[in-house]
Amino acid sequence: MTALLDLQSVSVSIGKVALLDGISLSVARGQILGLVGESGSGKSLTAMAAMGLLPLFGGRVTQGSVRFDGQDMAAMTEAERRKLRGRRIGFVTQNPMTALDPVQRIGEQVDVVSRLHLGLDRKAARERTLDLLTQLRIPEAAAVAEAWPHQLSGGMKQRIVIAMALAGEPDLIIADEPTTALDVTVQAQIIQILGNLVREKGVALMLITHDMGVVAQVCDRVAVLYAGRLAEEGAVAPIFAAPAHPYTSALIGCIPQEAMAKGALRGIPGAVPSALAFPAGCRFHPRCDRASDLCRKTVPTTGPRGDGRVACHHPGALA
Amino acid sequence: MLPWLIKRLLMLVPVFLAVSVVIFSILHFIPGDPIDNLLKIGSSPEARAEMEVRYGLDKPLAVQYSIWLGNVVQGDLGTAIVARRPVADLIAQALPHSLRLGGLALLFSTVVGVLLGVVAALNRDRWPDRAIMGGVLVGSTMPSFWLGLILILVFSVSLGWFPVSGARGWQSLVLPVLTIGLGGTALVARITRVSMIEAAGRDFVTLLHAKGLSPLRIQLGHVLRHALIPVVTILALRIGWILGGAVTVEVVFARPGLGTLLIKSLSQHDYPVVQACLLMLAMAVMLGTLLGDIMQALMDPRVRAALS
Repeated sequence: MTALLDLQSVSVSIGKVALLDGISLSVARGQILGLVGESGSGKSLTAMAAMGLLPLFGGRVTQGSVRFDGQDMAAMTEAERRKLRGRRIGFVTQNPMTALDPVQRIGEQVDVVSRLHLGLDRKAARERTLDLLTQLRIPEAAAVAEAWPHQLSGGMKQRIVIAMALAGEPDLIIADEPTTALDVTVQAQIIQILGNLVREKGVALMLITHDMGVVAQVCDRVAVLYAGRLAEEGAVAPIFAAPAHPYTSALIGCIPQEAMAKGALRGIPGAVPSALAFPAGCRFHPRCDRASDLCRKTVPTTGPRGDGRVACHHPGALA
Repeated sequence: MLPWLIKRLLMLVPVFLAVSVVIFSILHFIPGDPIDNLLKIGSSPEARAEMEVRYGLDKPLAVQYSIWLGNVVQGDLGTAIVARRPVADLIAQALPHSLRLGGLALLFSTVVGVLLGVVAALNRDRWPDRAIMGGVLVGSTMPSFWLGLILILVFSVSLGWFPVSGARGWQSLVLPVLTIGLGGTALVARITRVSMIEAAGRDFVTLLHAKGLSPLRIQLGHVLRHALIPVVTILALRIGWILGGAVTVEVVFARPGLGTLLIKSLSQHDYPVVQACLLMLAMAVMLGTLLGDIMQALMDPRVRAALS
C-alpha cells in the first residue's frame, strides 16, 4: 500500500524551541492511523506540519520531509499547498464549540469549501452542503444551514465541522481529538461517522487522540508520540497484544475497560516534560520503571519490531 | 429584540432626569448670575429684585427646576436671558455646525483608524506596524487644543492652505476635523489592531486556514468582521464625546457651534442656554450608548440571542 501522507524524520521548531524530533509516519488510503500521546507530546503539531500550517503558529519544519501523494510539500508554493487544504486534506478540529465562525451562518461556512475548491456556484454548493448534512444524519438540514453556530449543540457542531472537512471530497482527513470536547454518547457517534467514511469512501484518516480505547476500536495502525519523539508505531492488534514501549503499555493501562479486567486502573505518574527542558537520553526515562543508566544517557534509536518500529532500549517481547 | 429596545429606551428616562438635576444644580451653584450681565453698574437693589422676578430667579431652586423641566419636556427650552432670543433658535443655529464637524471627524477617525489598524495588524511586529503604532501613540497623547494651534501654525499661517478660523466653505472644516479626528483615529487604530490580532488567534481562524481560504480573505472577511464589533461600540460611545470635545476646538478655530455657544453663555451665566447645550451633549452621549448597543446586536447574532 503506497502512503498518501508520508512524514520522513520530520523535526519542527517554534522559534528556537525544538518540539518535534525526527517523526516518521505514514497513512494510506482506506487506512486509519491513530496518533496517540498525552497533551504536549506533539500530536497537534504533527497535524499542522502535515497541512503546512506551521507558520500560523510561528513554527517550521527544520528537518525531514512531508510528502502528500508523492509530492514534497516544502517544494510546493503556498498557493499549491492552499489547494491541498480543504480540497485533498480535510481537517476536523479538537473543539467544535470554538471551531465555527460565530457570526456566520452554518450553511455559508460549509458552502465556501465546495465553492472554493470544486468551483460550484452558490446554489450547487448549498445543495451539496444540504446533501452532506443529511448524510451525516443531521435532522432538518435546511434549517440547520440557516442557523447560527451558537444555536447548535457540541455534537451537532462537530458534524458540521466534519461536513466542512468532507465538502472538498478529500483523500485524507486529519481529525485532531475530534471527540475530546463531546459527551460520551456523542463521542461514539462521531467516531463511527469517521470510521464509516474510511470504509465507504476509501479516504485515509489520521485520528489524533489520547484515548487508547478509541484506537483499539477503530484504528488499523497506531503511532505513539512522547515528548516530540516517536515511541512506537505499528499495526494495532500486535501492539495491543504486546506493547514494546513502556509508554505504550502505560497508555493501554489507562483504558478503563482493559484495566478493570486486569484489576487496576492506573494513571501514568509524572507529566510530559516541557519542551524547554526535555530530559537527556530517552525522554520517557524519568517516568519509566525499566529505566537504566543507558536510558538516562543515550537516545534510543528507532528499530524495527514486527511490521512496526519502536524506540526503546528495553522493549517488551513480541507476543 | 423589539421588547429589549423599548425597555432600553424607557431606561433612558431616569438617566435623563438624573442628568437634568445635575446640570441644573451645578449651574446654579456657580457664583454670579445672569442679572449681573443685564444691569447697569450702580443699579438699585429694587431694579435687581424686579429683574429676578421677571426671570423667575426669585423662586426656590426646586421650583425653578420643576418649571424648567416641565417646559423642556414639552419641547420649550425657554428664552435666553442675556441673548434675549428663544434658546431653541440659538441651538438650531449652532447645532448643524457642530454636527457637521463632529460627524466628519467621526467619519475620518473611523475610516483612517480602521485602515491603519488593519495595516498594522497584518504587518504585526514589522516596520509598518511599528511606524503606525508610534504615530498613533504621539497622536493619542496630544491635547486637541494644542494640536489645533499647531495645525493652524503649519497649514494656515506658514503654508496658507486653509483659513485660520471661521466657517466658510469646506476648507475651513479641514483643520478642525483633523484636530478632533486625529485623537479618535489613534484610538480606533489601536483597538482595530488589538482586536484583529486577538481574533486572528481564535480556533475558528485555524480551521479557516485548514479549509484553504486565502490569508487575505480570512483577515478581511472574518477576522476584521470580528474586530469591528468592539470598534463600532467604542465609536458609538464616542459620538457624545466628540460633540463635547468639539467645544475647545470650536473655540480655537473661532467656529460657530454648540461649543462656542456653550462657552459664551457660560461666561454670561445665561442659564437657559447653558442648560440646553449641556442637555444636548448629555443626550448625544445617551443616544450614542444606545446606538452602540443596537449596533452590537446587529453585528453579533449571539448578542441578539441574549437580548431576546
